[in-house]
Amino acid sequence: MNIFEEDLNDTITFWEKIKNIFRGKSLWMLHYCTGCGAVELPPTMTARFDMERLGMGPMATPRQADVLLITGYLSVKTLRRVIYTYEQMMTPKYLVGFGSCTINGGIYYDSYAVINRLDYYLPVDLYVAGCMPRPEAIMNTFKTLENMITKGEANGWKKYVENYDWYRNNQIRSLGEVYVKDEFHE
Amino acid sequence: MSYLIAFMIVFIGFLWQVSLDGIQRKVTAKIHRRVGPPWYQTFMDIFKALSKSSITHGFIYDFGVMMALGGTIATFMFLPFGNIVAFNGLDNFFVVVYLLAIGSLGMAMSASGSGNAWAGIGIMRALTQMLAYEVPFMIVVFGMIHVYGTSSLSELAHVQQMNGIFGWHIFTMPLGAIVAFISLLGMLSKVPFDTPIAPTEIASGPMVEYGGKHFGMLILQHEFATLVEVGLFVNLFLGGGNLIEYLIKYFFVYTLVTLIYAVSARFRIENVVTFFYGVPIVLSLVQAAIVIFTGLGVNV
Ligand code: SF4
Repeated sequence: MNIFEEDLNDTITFWEKIKNIFRGKSLWMLHYCTGCGAVELPPTMTARFDMERLGMGPMATPRQADVLLITGYLSVKTLRRVIYTYEQMMTPKYLVGFGSCTINGGIYYDSYAVINRLDYYLPVDLYVAGCMPRPEAIMNTFKTLENMITKGEANGWKKYVENYDWYRNNQIRSLGEVYVKDEFHE
Repeated sequence: MSYLIAFMIVFIGFLWQVSLDGIQRKVTAKIHRRVGPPWYQTFMDIFKALSKSSITHGFIYDFGVMMALGGTIATFMFLPFGNIVAFNGLDNFFVVVYLLAIGSLGMAMSASGSGNAWAGIGIMRALTQMLAYEVPFMIVVFGMIHVYGTSSLSELAHVQQMNGIFGWHIFTMPLGAIVAFISLLGMLSKVPFDTPIAPTEIASGPMVEYGGKHFGMLILQHEFATLVEVGLFVNLFLGGGNLIEYLIKYFFVYTLVTLIYAVSARFRIENVVTFFYGVPIVLSLVQAAIVIFTGLGVNV
């Protein structure tokens, strides 16, 4: 398993604090763009809002990423991929939900193909409000996430490890069996 | 004693190169008209990556990463760092080039051990690119070595300092210096030649399966490889010098590389090969012929 046992403790030691400072100052995100909120990411990344001044940068693979952005509505089919992606990331990892669609379904609350609450399936550290959130709101969220990590409060991935059965039951209820990696016959 | 010096230059080199890398990110940001990260950002990245967990894909995967990092640090120990030479008499061009390959091969081995298809494509591209840039570079340097009759890097740096600034090979062998600089861009895998690690096409190529500690070690490996490659250029064409001069020259070469990569786009892999086998190889042959047959430009 790719999990530090000592990281799962709730008490924060001295080394833990130092590690948290480094983790907070350097966040690499996975731009796996799932919904329409993703169009606000390019202005956030490029010259106008300049995400790199917070030490953030896009990474191409889940192995290197620290933050997974769920940018908006998740169809059931995409949820499966998001779960694979989240589980491939290295701990500690953080998850940010964009917009009202990840909170309660937003304008897709009665759709048959879209999940309503992301929180049932994956542990969300922070939500960005808005439909869609403006780049200022996104930058503000990242700053908040940075502070949370530095204080050791962004513990979503610990919750996922501890309550794995609950999350897994929810995932299976929506998706059927989750762990069949048959890409062509879903 | 020489081991102590070697560890010292590794430590100084690490601090220098990693902070310089942060400064170059700032320079790139200024060109893009942004603010950019603070200068210590790369330190943060490295220590963060080393503080994360990571998984293994088997023995070869772990061993290759260590071989890449160790091999590259060992290469750096043999390079003259300013006028500090850790292992006297061993600062040989052939030693450096031979050992430098260990780093690349360790990484190739470990990345193919991860079993990811993108990694395979990335390695294929990396080795093809190596085949492209090494030939013109080697032709120029071999011409130089042939004339002076020595392949010791500190001696090659020393003979350039005899005639002051205009004795440097960048002025006496301009064609060779241009070729070597283009090859340096290829060696550093900076943007016109970053085909092996194209994040938008092949998901970082060889790096695709690395995360956490393994990735932190590979960033370190990349920093030390940069130290060796830019250091080779400074020693061979800018005349080395004492530690301060060396670091200043290093700074300017690396900044020039940054200025080029901040504004350019990526080659395809076959363009890289045809590019290097076109004009640079002709220039390098002309330069080698001039140096060997007329002795023009070298002060024997
Ligand atoms: S919250 Fe609005 S912008 Fe975001 S995914 Fe839903 S509909 Fe799109």
